[in-house]
Amino acid sequence: MKLRTLALASLAAILMAGSAMAQTSVKIGVLNDRSGIYADLSGEGSVIAAKMAVEDFDAAAKGINVEIVSADHQNKPDIASNIARQWYDQDGVDAIFDVPTSSAALAVAEISRDKNKIFMDSGAGSADLTGKACSPNTVHWTYDTWALAHGTGSALVKEGFKKWFFLTADYAFGQALEKDTSAVVTENGGEVVGAVRHPFPGTDFSSYLLQAQASGADVIGLANAGGDTVNAIKQAAEFGITQAGQKLAALLIFITDVHALGLETAQGLVLTESFYWDMNDQTRAWSKRFAEQNGGNMPTMVHAGVYASVLHYLKAVEATGGTDATAVMAKMKEMPTDDPLFGKGEIRADGRHIHDMYLFQVKSPEESKGPWDYYKLLATIPAKDAFRPLADGGCDLVK
Amino acid sequence: MFELLGISPQVLFGQLLLGLINGSFYALLSLGLAVIFGLLNIINFSHGAQYMMGAFVAWMLLTYTGINYWWALALVPIIVGAFGVGIERLMISKLYHLDHLYGLLLTFGLALIIQGVFRNEYGVSGLPYSIPAELSGGQNLGFMFLPNYRAWVIFASAIVCFCTWFAIERTRLGAYLRAATENPTLVGAFGINVPRMITLTYGFGVALAAFAGVLAAPIYSVNPNMGADLIIVVFAVVVIGGMGSILGAILTGFGLGIVEGLTRVFYPEGSAVVIFVIMAIVLLLKPAGLFGRAAS
Repeated sequence: MKLRTLALASLAAILMAGSAMAQTSVKIGVLNDRSGIYADLSGEGSVIAAKMAVEDFDAAAKGINVEIVSADHQNKPDIASNIARQWYDQDGVDAIFDVPTSSAALAVAEISRDKNKIFMDSGAGSADLTGKACSPNTVHWTYDTWALAHGTGSALVKEGFKKWFFLTADYAFGQALEKDTSAVVTENGGEVVGAVRHPFPGTDFSSYLLQAQASGADVIGLANAGGDTVNAIKQAAEFGITQAGQKLAALLIFITDVHALGLETAQGLVLTESFYWDMNDQTRAWSKRFAEQNGGNMPTMVHAGVYASVLHYLKAVEATGGTDATAVMAKMKEMPTDDPLFGKGEIRADGRHIHDMYLFQVKSPEESKGPWDYYKLLATIPAKDAFRPLADGGCDLVK
Repeated sequence: MFELLGISPQVLFGQLLLGLINGSFYALLSLGLAVIFGLLNIINFSHGAQYMMGAFVAWMLLTYTGINYWWALALVPIIVGAFGVGIERLMISKLYHLDHLYGLLLTFGLALIIQGVFRNEYGVSGLPYSIPAELSGGQNLGFMFLPNYRAWVIFASAIVCFCTWFAIERTRLGAYLRAATENPTLVGAFGINVPRMITLTYGFGVALAAFAGVLAAPIYSVNPNMGADLIIVVFAVVVIGGMGSILGAILTGFGLGIVEGLTRVFYPEGSAVVIFVIMAIVLLLKPAGLFGRAAS
């Protein structure tokens, strides 16, 4: 009896081993904000985007079995670290995607490096992810504070808005964005007359806006994101700050924020993004599919970044025939990237994904032809100028 | 002109006024909490969710039925208050004989459920609600531009706070209510329907939260987390004022709004914690709160 059980068990083991050889199993984790102020710009939409990437890659037909898990990090670095550790140590997750909120992203990057796993960030902004805090295990896909600062910052200074005051979210992302934009402003002959750092997340910005007004600056640079930016813009209109002649620069604003503000309040804002749904036939087709699954809401650039990074990751898994982090990362950096949303690009040695960035202006209600028709293109910033030069980041991986 | 610690008087007056506006919300919300705690001995953790519901119901009335802000100001507290009455009858009333902790857990759970439902339905980015045409624009006060709507918030909140304080501390109905908390059996023996009075009190507390929600809708984004962000601060206000003290809740609400406003000028990074620092100090020096009576 005992012997027979043993024989059966070993037979089963052989069969299982056989099927495992034909199949590569990949487990990817989408870690982001699913309930807080960044939930609409990342959240469930990023999971939908990851699923679409698996579908479009046709993973099953290529013998790759992909499982997607997701979790809510509540924008807190400690919670993000705990989930990342558990995913890597106990749940067999091979790669983590998205992770908005720079402080959380920096924590996950650290853990991914310790455990030698892949971390592909889309939602976070801090350019430190591929600078001082770069890691052989990190890829930073969609945008970063350096790109935003150079896009919006230099465009406004060149238009003659020289004196800046910053309203900054008091954590890694806001501080990085303020620092990078200040550098651009002074480089281009502008001047920073003051800054105030507000707790994150905030609700009432009127105090800070009044300080900004008293400073006599030409531009109030909003170095925050999501609901914070939305509230600050609304309240600036309420307190007559924009009417009195000061300009607002939303250094990071997503299409979901513009949607929440309404064109009446948001019109005229100049912003930098790496993706807009209405760019070409491919982005329109993809975004339409996405919106059908996402309650009619169009994708943000973060969603697009998750899609493109999962796609590129799966290509590398197919090419190397496994999920070994070192081999997959080497392959990802060696292969040029190519996807319908960001077009052709590459991942640099420091982990920075390189693609074009775009300077947009929010349309007025009269110019908009319908829901989600929000941006007009002012300029395309070519990939080679859009991101910080490789040598300037202070990343150890670059010799 | 004189300057105080490098801050010009313009900025200073502006910040005092802004503090008063934020204080209006703290006062209204902590008043509702204090009424409920004082008379029911329930720590109503779903207060923030009920405030959020107030803003959402105002938005729904406008979007789905076209009912404007002024009607919403009257209707929403009744609708959300009725919801509160339902909750009290069906759930909270079953817990009066148990420890405070059970009421706290129940209302906390309810808050999470309500927020979750709204989040699923409407997302977190927030919904736009315009300032009513009568109150748009503002006055140039010389030291700052005061939007008419914000002035209205201070005014409306002060009136409601005063009426509530007057009703509870200075009228016969208020006397019944206060007596019923001291000794419900005795008050019942005089022929007063104590359970019904308690239900209506809870409904009233909830209605106050909803009223604050309608006031907030045009200036803060209407989103499911708006209450959760505020409720912790409001609890601190109630604790500082003295649990259950009506006057304490109102005065500390306005006062802490101002303190927080000033912190935003002198040390903005600390503005999120200043109220809790004050709470810790008050609890150490005067455990019953500034206006509370020590438990006998």
